[in-house]
Amino acid sequence: MLQETCFHCGLKCDASIQVDKKFFCCDGCKMVYKLIDENGLCQYYDLSELPGVKAKGHFVSTKFDYLDNAAIQEQLIQFKLGDQAHVTFYLPQIHCVSCVWLLENLNKINPGIIHSRTHFEKKEIKLIYNPTLISLKELVQLLAFVGYEPVIHLGGNDWLKKKKVNKKQLYKIGIAGFCFSNIMMLSFPEYLSNDALELGSLRHFFIYINLLLSLPVLLYSANGFFISAYTGLRQKWLNIDAPIALAILVTFGRSAYEILTQTGAGYLDSMSGIVFFMLIGRWFQDKSYDSFAFDRDYNSFFPLGVTVLEQGKEVNKLLSDLVKAEIVLIKQDEMIPADAILLTEGALVDYSFVTGENAPIALQVGQLAYAGGIQKGRAIELEVVKPVGQSYITVLWNSPLLPTDKNEEKSFVHPWSQYFTIVLFTIAIVSGIYWSIYDTHKILPAVTAVLIVACPCSLLLTVTFTYGNVLRWLGKRKLYCKNASVIEAIHKIDTIVFDKTGTLTNHDDTHLEYKGKWLSKDEMVAVKSITRESLHPLSQMVTRFLMIQVSEITQVQKIENFIGKGTKATCDKFEIIIGSLAFLKSNGIEQQEHYEGALVGLGINGIFKGVFKINHTYRIGIDRMIQQLLKQGYQLHLLSGDHPTEQANLVKILGQEIPMLFEQSPDDKLQYIHQLQKRGRRVMMIGDGLNDAGALRKSNVGIAVTDQTHLFTPASDAILEGGQMYNLKNLIDYAKKAKLIIVFIFILSIIYNIIGMYFATSARLSPMVAAILMPISSISIVALSALLSYLFSSKLRAYN
Amino acid sequence: MAVIVLLILVSVLVAGGFLLAFLWSVKTGQMDDDYTPSVRILFEDNIKVDQKEELKILPSSK
Repeated sequence: MLQETCFHCGLKCDASIQVDKKFFCCDGCKMVYKLIDENGLCQYYDLSELPGVKAKGHFVSTKFDYLDNAAIQEQLIQFKLGDQAHVTFYLPQIHCVSCVWLLENLNKINPGIIHSRTHFEKKEIKLIYNPTLISLKELVQLLAFVGYEPVIHLGGNDWLKKKKVNKKQLYKIGIAGFCFSNIMMLSFPEYLSNDALELGSLRHFFIYINLLLSLPVLLYSANGFFISAYTGLRQKWLNIDAPIALAILVTFGRSAYEILTQTGAGYLDSMSGIVFFMLIGRWFQDKSYDSFAFDRDYNSFFPLGVTVLEQGKEVNKLLSDLVKAEIVLIKQDEMIPADAILLTEGALVDYSFVTGENAPIALQVGQLAYAGGIQKGRAIELEVVKPVGQSYITVLWNSPLLPTDKNEEKSFVHPWSQYFTIVLFTIAIVSGIYWSIYDTHKILPAVTAVLIVACPCSLLLTVTFTYGNVLRWLGKRKLYCKNASVIEAIHKIDTIVFDKTGTLTNHDDTHLEYKGKWLSKDEMVAVKSITRESLHPLSQMVTRFLMIQVSEITQVQKIENFIGKGTKATCDKFEIIIGSLAFLKSNGIEQQEHYEGALVGLGINGIFKGVFKINHTYRIGIDRMIQQLLKQGYQLHLLSGDHPTEQANLVKILGQEIPMLFEQSPDDKLQYIHQLQKRGRRVMMIGDGLNDAGALRKSNVGIAVTDQTHLFTPASDAILEGGQMYNLKNLIDYAKKAKLIIVFIFILSIIYNIIGMYFATSARLSPMVAAILMPISSISIVALSALLSYLFSSKLRAYN
Repeated sequence: MAVIVLLILVSVLVAGGFLLAFLWSVKTGQMDDDYTPSVRILFEDNIKVDQKEELKILPSSK
């Protein structure tokens, strides 16, 4: 039995690998532990429980050879001078305190590293190193060795720009907050005065300082609203910022007029307060998940460099420089970068990421291998037939069916703001006409007061804060949305399309089942001893399966591997044939029963014994979640790239009513979504692999499912952690409730507006009323939005 | 009462000082990461390393 856990990564293992009375699951983990131990960094294991990332087992040393290329180095290194170079890497594996500790103590492992700093939330590390002591390649190799392989992306300095935008927003909030609080304080005498206080000339002093303080708010903090309103108007489109910009301008204009003519104190406190609150609301809503990338294209999935054979010599080349007819060398666990024809034997390609098919496929010489497959066998040579950008899988990205501006910031508040503006102007005009009949002196005060009070800020505040809260609650339940408009898109969903492999099933947790005649202990030992010799993934699965049953190992006398077919071997008194059923048949072993699915057949001494069947494990709670969704009236579909062998099983779990399509190519999936949308359905696609990438982008809401958020996910609108699939219905429900919250709070803000309107239209809006109404409405909206989104999330929390 | 003018100028100046401090902290990136520093401060210098180094030094210095 497997009783021990790996000291480094926590995987269940046997007691065969042991150092310092600590057990390890593999040599890789042991080596990482030794390195950490030798450098006195064992505190790594004390700071958090089982911090290690499972070592890759073997280390392909040529993988990062492309980093020796000077042009690539130039793109990656941010600063270089003499014996100092600065570089920043994205390390998605960072997950705990220990990670931070180890990474910031890298200089103890290699003296060439001068300084390292991690950024936990962005999962970044900034390294300062001495290029004369350690090369960039060695640096990346060291990071990869200790389990933090950087994700290297060339030519993208987008994150730098993003950072600057964020800072600007903080500056604006800081300045608006400063001016708002000071103006508020200096307005106090004005609220209380009524000539009770003998202020005299001091009063003017206060007011002039207020006017001065309001300038930075108008000119700097609020400029985002003016710019947005201006660009909207130029495109003949009245967005929500237009009435807000108008309100700010009118408020400032009237206040400045009152102050300069010494007729009043104006409403500068309300103006700067509103700007301050709205900026906070925007910042709150825009807080994004920095460490996730939602818009990856195929480039992120492919390696940057590739080994090319030129006149028998291995040359490293950038993937983008790869052209037709070149011969590439693909080693074990490397990805085939372009559609290519196989030249040498031994190809065993895992297409699970491209097609969703579970078992690796053996290819013959001369067959076409598609880009995106991962070679599982030994090194192979291939001749490129199509450049990377035109390969089967990459062409998907250029499909004309794909929308270009999906879920961009175009909120449903914008159309509302048009009605709002119309109503606002009507009220202003009516009150203007009314006063022109009764008291012409009050026309201007009444009209401007209407524009001041009835600013759509409360609408904007409601929306930004509610979406911000909902995004956070969904994030806590491991559904990470790209932005707030994704929540709006979820509101309209009526159809959900699921992928099978990796979405409904668990990628990492396939388990074997033995079906057939009983095996004696000696037989099991013999089979295990043979399968452990092979690197074939199915063979390794059989080994792991038998490892739980028996622990001994015997000597294998004769072993013969047939690539892509199976293994023939002699061990003890047994002559064992293990492999595909066709392979068994060709060796004269026939079976009567009919088996389906991914299988490994076993024959001993010429007699058929049974099969090892690979079973998909479905994620927990899927069946109930599906029933709940059906009950709510969603139309459900299932698209799978895999063979229909699992159909009977799926029907059992999902029921009869759901349309199921199998052997779907990535393009089929995309077309299917397109057809659904043509029929007026609003589709949510839930998938995981590169094969779903087109469908995810075509759908109205594409959710990528992943078991480890640090792994690559295709471009999507949201990322869901696999373990939360059972919660999907509640997550969708919650996102839909956001609209309810907004409508509810909006009614409240209309009440505030009506009260304000009463004062405004009767031309009695004193600075005091405005100063009370503004903070009360703003703060109550923010508080209510937080409270309601908390209350509605109770169902989400209950599932934890 | 005229002293109020002075007091208010001082108070605005003090508040302005805090505003500048805030702007400076944003500019130098102190608001970028609100998690790692709180962890970093708890790391102790590794004692084990020191012991090992001492052991290495002792025999050679004899």
